[in-house]
Amino acid sequence: MRWSRKDLLDLQSLSPEEITAILDTAREFKAVGGRAIKKVPPLRGRTVVNLFVEPSTRTRISFELAAVRLSADVINFTAEASSLKKGETLKDTAKNLQALRADFIIIRHSAAGAPHFLARVLDAHVVNAGDGAHEHPTQGLLDVFTMREHKGRIAGLKVTILGDILYSRVARSNIWALQKLGAEVTLCGPPTLVPPIFREMGCRVTANLDDAVADADVVNLLRIQHERQRQTMFPSLGEYTSLFGITRDRLKKMKPDVLIMHPGPINRGVEVESDVADGVHSVILEQVTNGLAVRMAALYLINGAHGGTPEEN
Amino acid sequence: MTDSPAHKTDLLMDDAAVQAAIREVARQIAVGNPPSGEVLLVGIQTGGVLLARRLAELLQRQWRMTVRVGELDISMHRDDLDQRPAPEVHATVIPFDITERTVVLVDDVLNSGRTARAALDALTDLGRPRRVQLAILVDRGLRELPIQPDFVGKVVKTQPGERVVVQMSSDGAAGKVLLEKPVGR
Repeated sequence: MRWSRKDLLDLQSLSPEEITAILDTAREFKAVGGRAIKKVPPLRGRTVVNLFVEPSTRTRISFELAAVRLSADVINFTAEASSLKKGETLKDTAKNLQALRADFIIIRHSAAGAPHFLARVLDAHVVNAGDGAHEHPTQGLLDVFTMREHKGRIAGLKVTILGDILYSRVARSNIWALQKLGAEVTLCGPPTLVPPIFREMGCRVTANLDDAVADADVVNLLRIQHERQRQTMFPSLGEYTSLFGITRDRLKKMKPDVLIMHPGPINRGVEVESDVADGVHSVILEQVTNGLAVRMAALYLINGAHGGTPEEN
Repeated sequence: MTDSPAHKTDLLMDDAAVQAAIREVARQIAVGNPPSGEVLLVGIQTGGVLLARRLAELLQRQWRMTVRVGELDISMHRDDLDQRPAPEVHATVIPFDITERTVVLVDDVLNSGRTARAALDALTDLGRPRRVQLAILVDRGLRELPIQPDFVGKVVKTQPGERVVVQMSSDGAAGKVLLEKPVGR
């Protein structure tokens, strides 16, 4: 498949073939990360700007390392230290970065659609690193990559996404990618955090944990987002843990080869018991490794989308 | 021959000619290297991989020792990535240490020399061979870089705009080489 997109904005608009192309490319970039020399030259001379208007550490570091391993130069830009605090608009900030000849803008923003807006007004490549509650495409891709690596396929897999789904861009990107590749998605959590509207996306929705995980091949735990005023959504963290936390006892009732995933950062003792997070079913740290490979693959593919004809022999 | 509207296709080499050219490349590799077990064959993705396996079979028969084969993808090392859509990345599988060994890079067609240059860079990321040699089934000329093959099956004069297409069965036992010419020249 010939990649033709300039930007990576969401998974909703990608075809199954495009998603598969990123996953296949990421497999080879993961192999690069396993070598003594972990750096390859395809983005040599290119400038990548991490424009993180909403704070993030792990995603920013992952994108930064991905760009560096592709031989790009990287500038990190955070809202605290920027003119956005002085009232500059996002468009002006981005235009200024483009005037410095930035080739790629990787944006994290609290407003859904901010990356799409930038992609329309900029010539630079734009990558969505999370926009509000909308999408976090590279997280969705790395989750699906990790599942495919362990299970050998996505079609027919039973995947349960558990927890704080209401405002979760991770959940939405997972749902789009999984459904396009033919998985069956179940969402589970307190009804306040998993509204039935998600049935319209084709998901099974339940508040019964045992029912949600009994035949799951993968359980993807989402973090309870304390910082988003969660106290009105369920009575207490203790109650959440007793109803939805993944404990050793609950793990025993699941399939013997179930994968336990979590996008991090983990609230140990809330969504998941430490023994489970560190146990043999957990692939949480592999997700971090795979995130790097998926981001390298995404940058590599969109970098090439300039048209032109391949040379022969 | 099936001619597309935009191209006229000539048969450049039939199966017998392809097999003879492969045997010739193997003969040259054997002349150029003592049967020491030092020689590793590395096929360039995708056209060089089957050819490298076939050459290894012939060399194993002659040398009576195992000849190891690897696969090298060069897409990340191309020099035209800012001028074209991203090429599909294939696997690099070299399950042995190349450092201090003789590596024979194998490709089906040599033209500009840019693929071979990229392959030298890609190989350098994996280790430091004592020596690198280049084995080619069809050399069609038109070089753009100062790179020459060490071992050549057949030299063919071609024009810019033409394409040389090597077709091989998956076991390398049968093949042919086609020359696609643009129509209207």
